[in-house]
Amino acid sequence: MPGLLRICTAGSVDDGKSTLIGRLLYDSRSVYEDQVHSVQKASRNRTAGPIDFSLFTDGLKAEREQGITIDVAYRYFATARRKFILADTPGHEQYTRNMATGASTADLAILLVDARNGVRVQSRRHAHIARLLGIKDYVLAVNKMDLVEFDRTVFEDVVEEFDRILPDANLHAIPLSALHGDNVITRSERTPWFEGASLLEFLETVEVERTALSRPFRLPVQLVMRPDQDFRGYAGQIVSGSVAPGDLVTVWPSGRASRVKRIVTWDGDLSIAHAGMSVTLTLEDEIDISRGDLIAIGDIEVGQRFKAEVVWMDERPLDPGRVYLMKHTTRTVTAEVDHGLVLNQIGSVTISTTRPIVFDRYAENRGTGSFILIDRSTNFTAGAGMITDPIRERSPIVTKPSAAERLARIARGAPTEAEAIAGVKKALEDLLS
Amino acid sequence: MAIAAPHHPAPQSGPRTAGPSAGYDHLRALEAESLHIMREVVAEFERPVMLYSIGKDSSVLLRLAQKAFYPGPIPFPLLHVDTTYKFREMIEFRDNYVKEIGARLIVHTNTEAIADGTQPFLVGTQRCCGALKTKSLLDALEAGGFDAAFGGARRDEERSRAKERIFSLRDASGQWDPKNQRPELWQLLNSRIHHGESIRVFPLSNWTEIDVWSYIHAESIPVVPLYFAREREVVVRGESLISLEQPFVPLLPGERPQRITCRMRSLGCSPCTGAVRSEADTVPKIIEELIATKNSERQLRVIDHDQDGSMELKKREGYF
Repeated sequence: MPGLLRICTAGSVDDGKSTLIGRLLYDSRSVYEDQVHSVQKASRNRTAGPIDFSLFTDGLKAEREQGITIDVAYRYFATARRKFILADTPGHEQYTRNMATGASTADLAILLVDARNGVRVQSRRHAHIARLLGIKDYVLAVNKMDLVEFDRTVFEDVVEEFDRILPDANLHAIPLSALHGDNVITRSERTPWFEGASLLEFLETVEVERTALSRPFRLPVQLVMRPDQDFRGYAGQIVSGSVAPGDLVTVWPSGRASRVKRIVTWDGDLSIAHAGMSVTLTLEDEIDISRGDLIAIGDIEVGQRFKAEVVWMDERPLDPGRVYLMKHTTRTVTAEVDHGLVLNQIGSVTISTTRPIVFDRYAENRGTGSFILIDRSTNFTAGAGMITDPIRERSPIVTKPSAAERLARIARGAPTEAEAIAGVKKALEDLLS
Repeated sequence: MAIAAPHHPAPQSGPRTAGPSAGYDHLRALEAESLHIMREVVAEFERPVMLYSIGKDSSVLLRLAQKAFYPGPIPFPLLHVDTTYKFREMIEFRDNYVKEIGARLIVHTNTEAIADGTQPFLVGTQRCCGALKTKSLLDALEAGGFDAAFGGARRDEERSRAKERIFSLRDASGQWDPKNQRPELWQLLNSRIHHGESIRVFPLSNWTEIDVWSYIHAESIPVVPLYFAREREVVVRGESLISLEQPFVPLLPGERPQRITCRMRSLGCSPCTGAVRSEADTVPKIIEELIATKNSERQLRVIDHDQDGSMELKKREGYF
């Protein structure tokens, strides 16, 4: 079995995305009969045909009333060959934020295009976001082919344009009618010129590029386990690579080395552990390790300045004069960004953090190259970032802000006076400890 | 569906770093994700608690908690909101199992409402749930000063749950605002809350009902016997079979008790939880039945259907 496949979908308003997903769930028998009944009941007042498939996915009452999708919805379906997790992201306003969310955990993106309209600005944006989030495998679903008489040249024109937009991607294009089911589950007789697999056949069999397993070992420490005096273990989910007892590892940012003694789990010790597994390691040497540290094999970047692509997700614009919280792996630090962004804008920025972070480039490692920015006054997850390049200081002593400057920044960045006092107090304590 | 046995990790082929991509079992992937979520909560919140409903999802949550913090104990208490209308077998199971695994259990009941005569046949299911479940839950969370509460809800259960976050922010009165949810990207969970706010945490977000049963089977996790088919005394009410093995269910005019082989697909309060006709008396038979079945598990939960979008309304008010 090719295992679990995580998919995200993107399309403009009215491209028929919810209908396609509803159809996929319905035809693969992944919706239950009582859900069908309640959807049939609700469909009576609407005009999308005997069953309005989009009602399976438009979850919230407000969306059902307005007929639009306003948030990311997760759907689960399985065939005899594979299990799927599908993030259905909306196509209208806010789509940048929602699509970035859906794409962040996806192996593959389905890009939906209305055959009548061809490739529009928004389709290009969707492809750009998916590519930015590191997706390599795509299905180009050219929908509403019934409305262009299943014309082969219409389909081929769209495919040709997407080949130019996503030159390095693995692109599988399918002519579809989600409403009538053509090429969704089985190949349609109405597209005899199409030789490829149907959508479901393709999803069941596609081998996506999973790079995490082949990258060097990285384990961000979530918790230090000390159930008694004799046991000291470091719990976390392996972000990439694999590890075995006896392996020489380095703990960052301290840079101290040790060997793995045991890989401890409730099911017994393991002789090897891989990317994706949640384990607890013990080491041969007693090293001071805390949450937020990273246990790694091989070269890695450690620093306080780097370049990143940031997707802004908050209505309050990114303010370069303010200090944000940055959560990266299991470490949270305060950070400043060199220029502003507004809601749904994507930009290349330079980020400076108060404490060093341990990272890889996002293109090489999603787990150690990604971060979120949190607004300290609203606590909203305001930005999502992908590290593109480290900035190596020639002389870190000169460029590192002085202690006084750091304290001033904390005070400036705090939303209220009380928080400023608390922040400075905490920083002073850290400084003096 | 088998989980790799202890001490026998997945077999290797080729270079070590290539990894077991094809054979990597999806239950293992779901389990690892859930463990990550639980550990983040314990690392970043001051007073977590686990909502323990005694059902199959709770049983899985408990096992995951044992795994996440091994070799230490589960570092938070369990909270059971007892409406007093639960099945007797549920309470027996709860008390025995919690003792067996050495967990700490808090039981909370809205005794005031019970004393006022709150019960589904008198006040209606909406008011009954509101008082005995939602209000009781919110009171218990407040009394314990809990800032994070684990629940076993899954996104595949119901439409409005499909949009629920893994970390679901609740305001000071425990309510959910679906329009003001924080985006969740990668594995990066935002734990920042203001004073008085709390989060509900759903480690089983990405599990389906079949995943839950497959995991119960693979891990030999004990569950309440009500899930297994046997002959029970019931009354047929609409499409539901309501068990009469409890003192809470009054017969309506014209109704008569019958003995039918059936089981519970989902466990709630006995007056409001229907059984399904079934011969499935083992976990593998339940999985087989689920693969063949065409009705979703919440169909027989009366409370989901008391008005349009009723689960979403209950969630907004503070229900899980």
